[in-house]
Amino acid sequence: MFGFLFIIILLFCLAIFFIAKRHAINIKKQNGFLHSLPKYYGFYASLWFSIPTLCIVLLYSLFAESFVTSNLVNSLPENIKNLSDNELTLVLNNIKNLAVGNISDSSSFAGIQQAADFYNAQYDLIDSVVLYSSLILGLLTFIYAYRSITATYRARNFIENAIHLLFFSSALVAIFVTAGILLSVLFEALRFFEVINFSDFLFGLSWSPQMAIREGQVGSSGLFGAMPLFAGTILISLIALFLAVPIGLLTAIYLSEYADTKVRVITKPILEILSGIPTVVYGFFAVVTVAPLIRHVGSLVGLDIASESALGVGLVMGIMIIPLVSSLSDDVISSVPQSLREGSYGLGATKSETIKKVILPAALPGIIGGILLAASRAIGETMIVVMAAGLSAKLSFNPIDAVTTVTVQIVTLLTGDQEFDSPKTLAAFALGLTLFVFTLFLNFIALKIVRKYREQYE
Amino acid sequence: MNKSSITEIVNKNLKTRYKKEARFKRYGQFSIFVAIIFLVIFFTSIISKGYTAFNQAEIRLNINLGYEYIDPDRTGDIEEIRYGDFDGIVYEAIYKLFPEVKSRADKRELRELLSSGAGIKIQRLVIEDISLIGSQIDLWLPLDDEVDMLLKGNIDVNLPEGSRRISDLQVSFVKQLQEQKIIENKFNTTLFTSGDSRESEQAGILGALVGSALMLSITFMIAFPLGVAAAIYLEEFAPKNRFIDFIEININNLAAVPSIIYGLLGLAVFINYLGMPRSAPLVGGLVLALMTFPVVIIASRASLQSVPPSIRDAALGVGASKIQTIFDHILPLALPGILTGSIIGMARALGESAPLIMIGMVAFVVDIPSSPLDSSAALPVQVYLWADSPERGFIEKTSAAIMVLLAFLLLMNSLAIWLRNKYEIKW
Repeated sequence: MFGFLFIIILLFCLAIFFIAKRHAINIKKQNGFLHSLPKYYGFYASLWFSIPTLCIVLLYSLFAESFVTSNLVNSLPENIKNLSDNELTLVLNNIKNLAVGNISDSSSFAGIQQAADFYNAQYDLIDSVVLYSSLILGLLTFIYAYRSITATYRARNFIENAIHLLFFSSALVAIFVTAGILLSVLFEALRFFEVINFSDFLFGLSWSPQMAIREGQVGSSGLFGAMPLFAGTILISLIALFLAVPIGLLTAIYLSEYADTKVRVITKPILEILSGIPTVVYGFFAVVTVAPLIRHVGSLVGLDIASESALGVGLVMGIMIIPLVSSLSDDVISSVPQSLREGSYGLGATKSETIKKVILPAALPGIIGGILLAASRAIGETMIVVMAAGLSAKLSFNPIDAVTTVTVQIVTLLTGDQEFDSPKTLAAFALGLTLFVFTLFLNFIALKIVRKYREQYE
Repeated sequence: MNKSSITEIVNKNLKTRYKKEARFKRYGQFSIFVAIIFLVIFFTSIISKGYTAFNQAEIRLNINLGYEYIDPDRTGDIEEIRYGDFDGIVYEAIYKLFPEVKSRADKRELRELLSSGAGIKIQRLVIEDISLIGSQIDLWLPLDDEVDMLLKGNIDVNLPEGSRRISDLQVSFVKQLQEQKIIENKFNTTLFTSGDSRESEQAGILGALVGSALMLSITFMIAFPLGVAAAIYLEEFAPKNRFIDFIEININNLAAVPSIIYGLLGLAVFINYLGMPRSAPLVGGLVLALMTFPVVIIASRASLQSVPPSIRDAALGVGASKIQTIFDHILPLALPGILTGSIIGMARALGESAPLIMIGMVAFVVDIPSSPLDSSAALPVQVYLWADSPERGFIEKTSAAIMVLLAFLLLMNSLAIWLRNKYEIKW
């Protein structure tokens, strides 16, 4: 029905566009003058037609289902109306399935066929009401618009204001998305904190989110102390940064200070390839290649390294963020003014001395900003850790242990078949909130530093 | 201090300073070398594990499509034929090759060499052309994934029988079949023509490809117009005030929010609040659109900024309105750059799997989705699911799926680069 309405409205819009355009051309022929080009009058009229009709269609798609369902419930016999909510939903689903012709348990109660017919009849009624009312309303507004078309009417200005409004609302979407993220995560997280104490969550030292299957079971309460997850996340991110920062930074220095164009042209795309590889692929690489390799090397020197060790995961994550560190530092280093370099050369410093004593100190704030951005990326990274890191929460800073991270726990908590409002699934949203707030904080600081630095030299 | 002593001091240190210089330069070269080595190891690891998946071991069998198996009452009715004993036909054909095998247990091992998809293949063939019934034909049929692995050398025959999933007897059967030269490695069309399966020799990526394509088109239809419109507003109309600053901060932060958070948003809003179906490409497309939206804005703004002000001034000067200037002059000039940035953003969305897992796309889906509301897989999620499967056959399948994914990413990125080089104007 929705698609059908949409196509009808589109066809009407098209027809109205040409009618109004023709009308405007006729006016121009009569008066010899028209404020805007004829096409703007076409757009003007079809806009007037489409906005009220689309509003009705929107209302229809939002409320039709609940309206019909509540009518249906009222029409049902008393004994069914008094069923519990769950059973009622089951009966309603049966009726709806029968109504649209799916396989359904038609024996659940005597009047089910009548109920299904009633459901269909209600829908037919609403459909035709919506169709005719939207078309009539649209045509009324169209007639209003049509009659307002005169030689001096400023149709172009009207359309341009409408477009301006459209652009503005598109920019507003960014705020809505942020608000949507914050509210949806915050809402569920608050429900979690009704059950679990906030400080127990943030500072608790053990994490085992198993909930009781039956009441009175041993260890049934579930422990939601997120400290081990934070520790694991930080450990893995630190290992990643230990690999990525020196390599990324040195690469950036070499490329911007030493390399000739030929090397740059070849090397830059190679680094971009590294950043374009999907993280799920890195995860697979960590599982099948890096982890066994590290385990093997460990056994050669007599170390027993866990096959899901933080070291392996961190190294692969480090490879992933090398291009990020490198490109951000490259931007910063090349924006250091040439005069600083020349001043240093003039005093007789070698290139490396210039870099170490002049350029790097000047670029330091920007580089730190870049590293913070890379850290936030490592902390929020999901697929590599989900595939290659451990599941059991262990409070350990030993890189050869298996540790788990915030993102791993979010994924494991939400991929099982769980009641949506059990503390276990809500805990995922609490973790999500922590992650969101923390990365937001890091990004905010980093972007601020980078921007401030850039202004300094502009 | 006289002049010569300064020169002396400088000359004394010069050697060590030059050494330091050379060392520092080598550090830089070394780190680039390391990055390249990572890339090389990465690709060799994926390709060496996966290239074999494009082939699949098949066996040539002489199939007897007798009426007694397929349509004993000779009804000619498709519905009747659909339930014919096609597995029986295949078993009969392979028993014929080994007349000496008599015991039930041995026969069982023998028929386990064949893929369980062999019967289905014959069924499809017969339903397409009923006139085949009653004839004898030679057919290439897929072998079981364990046999496939054995032939590709991935199973060590010297291991004790208990620790591999193929018995000594089966190994000897395979050897005899090889000697008869009726086993061959053929191009694996199943990989590209079927959906997921629990049996690795029947598993394909078509379902995931279609799911990803549906999702990306939804993402593009939402994120592109919205992002370009927002960018135009911010570049061409926005006044300088705190509210606009707030919008810009929002956009920059959204671009750096971890993707899994978008998954949580999708789960809470689209699935739980709005009641949209789980694991549907529609929801996946919406979530990816929200994720790509800030990327499109940032790319579009950069491209709009690079259009020189003289173009604006000229258009405004001859009497065009602001909107006319934008639509007729600025946008056409900025479009290649906008498209390039958006395609790169879309490529990132194609490789994204964490938010899709949040909205339930990890479900095992065999069917090829036919609408954005059907349950579906996505290419990167398929990689994740297969990587989790313990069978040896799925490791090469995973690598193959990764290669297909990387090929698509490469394609999109080359398209972006081509667009940039062809249409970009250097002012």
